[in-house]
Amino acid sequence: MKALKDFFEWIGSGVQMALRTLGYLPQLPRHWKQLIDQCLFMGYATVPLVAILSVFIGGVLALQIGYSILDFGAKQYIGTIVGLSMVRELSPVMTAVMVTGRVGSAVTAELASMKVYQEVDALKTMNIPPERFLVMPRLAAIFLVMPILLMVSVVTGWMGGQLVCQFVPWIDLSSQAYYNSLRSFMDLGDVTDGLVKTQLFGIGIVLIASHIGLRTSGGPREIGAAVTRAVVVCIIFILIFDYFITNILI
Amino acid sequence: MESTVTVEPVSVSVQGLGKAYGSQSVLEDVSFEVKPGEIFVLMGPSGSGKSVLMRHLVALEQADAGEVLVGNEPVDGNSKEQSVRMALVFQAGALFNSMTVYDNLALYPREHRLYSEAVIREKVTAVMKALSIENAGAKIPAELSGGMKKRVAVARAIIMEPQLILYDEPTSELDPILAATTSELIATISRETGATSLVVTHDRDLALSIGDRIALLMQGRLVFTGTPDELRASTDAQVREFMNPSIDPDNPRFRKQENDV
Repeated sequence: MKALKDFFEWIGSGVQMALRTLGYLPQLPRHWKQLIDQCLFMGYATVPLVAILSVFIGGVLALQIGYSILDFGAKQYIGTIVGLSMVRELSPVMTAVMVTGRVGSAVTAELASMKVYQEVDALKTMNIPPERFLVMPRLAAIFLVMPILLMVSVVTGWMGGQLVCQFVPWIDLSSQAYYNSLRSFMDLGDVTDGLVKTQLFGIGIVLIASHIGLRTSGGPREIGAAVTRAVVVCIIFILIFDYFITNILI
Repeated sequence: MESTVTVEPVSVSVQGLGKAYGSQSVLEDVSFEVKPGEIFVLMGPSGSGKSVLMRHLVALEQADAGEVLVGNEPVDGNSKEQSVRMALVFQAGALFNSMTVYDNLALYPREHRLYSEAVIREKVTAVMKALSIENAGAKIPAELSGGMKKRVAVARAIIMEPQLILYDEPTSELDPILAATTSELIATISRETGATSLVVTHDRDLALSIGDRIALLMQGRLVFTGTPDELRASTDAQVREFMNPSIDPDNPRFRKQENDV
């Protein structure tokens, strides 16, 4: 019973923090320096990781699909399947997982450390709300960065699939055929569905990571535990939320 | 200190304050008054609830019973904006580790848009000079010594031009000379800005030399409130034991405590 009460209390305080943070968004221009810093940290340094991950996911996907449908003589559909899988599902989810590992963990570690070493208390005594100073610029940054990361992931994923189709001898599908098939079954709605998912994942990751960080108390051990908890909660959130949002978007 | 600004001091009134964490009572029916502009020193053994009491004054804790009034306004954390400017000098400094010393000091006026960037620079530079930390502006807190961190924390408080300054163990972990310097600094700030000061400490020298009034908190209860002379003259056994503890290696206190248990 106590665990259930704690869970709802955690959800409630998280929603409160999220609402307060959104309420401070009009003051974003005052925090433009922090916004740029956060965009660079969240985006610029995450792009190579997302690109490497996606190129191999696209490649492996093309291999698996090629192996499965070659006997049916349907290799011309590899481009379509890789293209749609990447843009609608794999790129949003894998980008979100990468952002959890790289950005979510860093956000929790930084905020938890600030909380444990009383920097958050110092902000409060200075009448500076932590939601405005710490959470809001990060939330705005993830909102700007996630679409870019998604596009990088989608394009490199498609390229990974194309390279496999072109250079694996038993598939032997030209890049022109691959991209023709990719284009023929895809429309703008597929891309916007992927974007919507990615944005919601990004916002969720930053809010969860910030909430866990700002509720940390104790010492260095608790900071480590908070980071682990944030990563686990974010990944569970991504997977569960992915199912429901996909159901709505389909 | 030429850099400081005179402020309108405020009174502090604590009435029947009570706080417990689970079954452990930390503060019980604590009441005292701090007059505007005075230096009020709160002393007590470790774990007596001094820091918890101080956190109630800046709304970092919610009281279970009683109330705190600063400048006749209740401090309960519910009001969105404080009308009274308060600054807390944390025991460990609580400086923002990702910012330089200069940015630490400039944060409050920048965030509250008190002055233009040029005026902020002028004020921060003047305060840094007054506290002899003018060469530390570009450093990050991790590069500072303990004494320097304390001075930066005090400087950050002064920049806020507070009507009430709270100091949490300002002389802990400092050598006797630095402790004396910090005590002088607190007295000077109080005198020159006129701000009310509330100092939580174990430091008898600080309390007796700069405190206008002193309160003694033991096991969550106030056992003494009075002037330094009244404290020196107190005949209360608890007060005398705290102020002048005897050191007897042949009959150590912890053995007696073990036997009592």
